[in-house]
Amino acid sequence: MPDWGVGLAIACGVLIAASAFGLLRRRRDGQMHPVTAADGDQPAHPPISLTDLGVRPGVPATLLQFSSAFCAPCRATRRICAEVATLLQGVDHVEVDAESHLEAVRALDIRRTPTVLVIDAAGRIVRRATGQPTKAQVIAAVAPLLTAHDSVNSDKRTVSRGRSSC
Amino acid sequence: MALDPRGPRFAAWITTGVFVLVLVTSSGWLAAAQALVFAITTAAPRWGPYSLLYRTIVAPRLSPPTELEPAAPVRFSQAVGFVFAVLAAIGYLTGATTLGWIAAGAALGAAFLNAAFGFCLGCELYLLVLRTLNRPLPHRVPLPSEGANP
Repeated sequence: MPDWGVGLAIACGVLIAASAFGLLRRRRDGQMHPVTAADGDQPAHPPISLTDLGVRPGVPATLLQFSSAFCAPCRATRRICAEVATLLQGVDHVEVDAESHLEAVRALDIRRTPTVLVIDAAGRIVRRATGQPTKAQVIAAVAPLLTAHDSVNSDKRTVSRGRSSC
Repeated sequence: MALDPRGPRFAAWITTGVFVLVLVTSSGWLAAAQALVFAITTAAPRWGPYSLLYRTIVAPRLSPPTELEPAAPVRFSQAVGFVFAVLAAIGYLTGATTLGWIAAGAALGAAFLNAAFGFCLGCELYLLVLRTLNRPLPHRVPLPSEGANP
């Protein structure tokens, strides 16, 4: 085959593969996957202290977002999470710079930014999304935590006000 | 520094076209020219040749941008593109055509993902690379057991 033929074949192959990858990525990005311990269906306690990263214990739902400087979707994700935290009582948004917390990044196996972890009142990681989620996906992920918390604490309204710390 | 996010997307479409041409023509000089474009855009994103084209020809026909994006991700991805364009140019110009094919093919994939999906491959790999390389030494070298270690 002449060089131009090989080059054309490579160009077509790359464009087809990249399209497939891009479409798959677009569909999967932002999906809030449930996280469970290896030995059961309950969420596991994280291997490191999340309070060190700024997560306040006892808050019904914390959106812990890992971001980096070279990350355009991180800004959109920050806006969405901050909106949900302002909108819903009992939701916190904490954003962490992945580059300056590499120990946590490795311990929590963060591979891409943005990654959003949903933390419950007990400090367990309940859900995880890589890529930019939609507002609806974030609300759907935190809603079960808020109702569960409400039924436990129905007589003492100690649910803290939504806060966004960026 | 902030940029109209549609500018880099427009530039990525041109870059995609250039790398298709590089692959079909096996032109090392075209790859070198693209490397120069990457170098200029890395140094000064607003003065990159494709950015100028966007600002003078395309942007006046569009509505003003609704949001701006920081220049850091753009500069980083242009720097990654520069490395691949240089490798492609070296490959084609020295007769190592296989190197040219691989480097131009990789650059085409990255440019197309950026153009069509707004996906920044270099940015995605950045954290993975940092995670792997920026490890304290004890994590790479197995330590002797605690008792043996004074």
